[in-house]
Amino acid sequence: MTAEADADTASLRREIARARRRGWMRFLKRLFSHRSFQVGFALFSVIVLLALFADLVAPYDPNKNDYRNLLAPPSMLHLFGTDGFGRDIFSRVIHGTRISLGIGISVVVMTGLFGVVLGMLAGYVRWLDNALMRLMDGLMAFPGVLLAIALAAALGPSALNAVIALTITFTPRTARIVRSSVLVIRELPYVEAALAVGAGHARIIVRYILANALSPLIVQLTFVFAVSILAEAILSFLGVGPPPPAPSLGNIIAEGRSYLQDASWIAFFPGMAIAAAVLGLNLMGDGLRDVTDPRLASQRGAG
Amino acid sequence: MIGFLARRLLSALPVLLVVSLVSFVIIAIVPGDVTAEIAGADSTEAQRAEIRERLGLDKPMVEQALRWYGRLLQGDLGQSYLLNRPVTEAVLERLPVTLSLAGLALVMAVALGVLLGILAAIRHGTWLDQGSMSLALFGLSIPDFWFGLILIVVFSVQLGWLPTGGYVPASESIVGWARSMTLPALALAITQMGVVARMTRASMLEVMGEDYIRTARAKGMRRHVVIFKHALRNALIPIVTVVGVMTGVLLGGAVVIESVFSLPGVGRLIIGAIQRRDYPIIQGGLLITAATFVFVNILVDLAYGWLDPRVRNDG
Repeated sequence: MTAEADADTASLRREIARARRRGWMRFLKRLFSHRSFQVGFALFSVIVLLALFADLVAPYDPNKNDYRNLLAPPSMLHLFGTDGFGRDIFSRVIHGTRISLGIGISVVVMTGLFGVVLGMLAGYVRWLDNALMRLMDGLMAFPGVLLAIALAAALGPSALNAVIALTITFTPRTARIVRSSVLVIRELPYVEAALAVGAGHARIIVRYILANALSPLIVQLTFVFAVSILAEAILSFLGVGPPPPAPSLGNIIAEGRSYLQDASWIAFFPGMAIAAAVLGLNLMGDGLRDVTDPRLASQRGAG
Repeated sequence: MIGFLARRLLSALPVLLVVSLVSFVIIAIVPGDVTAEIAGADSTEAQRAEIRERLGLDKPMVEQALRWYGRLLQGDLGQSYLLNRPVTEAVLERLPVTLSLAGLALVMAVALGVLLGILAAIRHGTWLDQGSMSLALFGLSIPDFWFGLILIVVFSVQLGWLPTGGYVPASESIVGWARSMTLPALALAITQMGVVARMTRASMLEVMGEDYIRTARAKGMRRHVVIFKHALRNALIPIVTVVGVMTGVLLGGAVVIESVFSLPGVGRLIIGAIQRRDYPIIQGGLLITAATFVFVNILVDLAYGWLDPRVRNDG
């Protein structure tokens, strides 16, 4: 009898796994037929590839001075021109994109981690909720990137400190989003059913709550990625990001600021690179939101 | 309404507590010896000890915090290391510039954003819709400080229409003030314009699908009357809710824009203090800007409660 029951559960498991895979395929199919997502994904993929293979793609060493080619305007030799040290802007922008994406993805991972842990704790452990959320409210009371700027300034300019500063700045909103999903999901009948059949808290949190809180979280993290890239540029521009000569995009813009009159290309191209990366992420985020939240999709139409 | 105001003010207290605590901790996390920064690299240990004692840095952290809070409650944020004047005075003196920059940007963002949003909604599905929304998305995706530099290149360097930076107080010359604020406010407004445009469009499209709009059209009312008198009024309510959040983003963004356009606001004061490691100014600037933001949010909530009576009772 037990053998029979085992066989039943095994086949049921296979069935569930198959259904889950089908659900995933359907989701991906819908996602990739969404116009915004397609465009954003294509754009962002190109940028990621350029950044990954920066050493192969960049025609020059991003930090090599060339005193015979100072402030050369864009040409076939130097696609984006050169700066006051004769460094090739195209190569610097490609390497800068790598730094920006690296910092951005680190912030996304850290924010996701802390956001999930804090949001879960607040939503699941009632007595922690108030204290945690007041702390998050307090952190969100610092306007915009100001907290990140002050933190990065206090910690000292480096890529790691930029990641720490941005994570502290973006975690509160993410934690809040996770918390509100948890508050809704924990009241649903299937969580009650799981509790009734004796599932432990750990299992309920991971298998039932986290799994279902995932889509708003992923949408949020896509936007965190976009905002981190913008914020990193601000930190670098103000001199509290990765210090020069690191070719971070904000640093290149800051250097180009002194040459606005005669060599505006220095500041122009890194800004366009930031805009392209952020645009790609925003388009992907819009697509993800439409596909995971049907209520919003119907309002927004195909756009 | 009084009860609503009281509840709202009370709920701001824990927020202000966290804000002040974080502002205090900011200096504590500075790695290394702060006094070495103040006195210079070639200072003697005796000099540093003297500074430490003068600033109370030799006391335990809890005592420092208590003393800091004691003074804070009297409105005293300490002395700037380098400006030789009280932090509160230095920050408050510059607050009007930052507030007027953020205010002007808010007006621009809402005006342009609502315009784009309406355009997109009433021409839903046409190239105008797509064009407006592309513009909004582009605005959302570009770094605002970089847009400021581009504006300088185009309008100041190339065309010579507006100054590249600097500030003219409104009390000196209104025209000069407007000329000095136009480009910075526009640069600051670009991101939030995108946000407002997208929200306006979504909310217009939703409202235009409501029964009372169809009724108004069915009884023969003209389309533009329905759009502007019925739909827009209701579509704009959600915009009011985000004004608070937008003000925060704009106040934070002003920090960078001020340093791009050399405007003497709180932001530039903070950035200057960062470069010279004048931590009390960073701390005080941070605290006062955040407190301003908390206060603005209370005002926005009051305005919203006045517009939509349902909010008042929800607390």
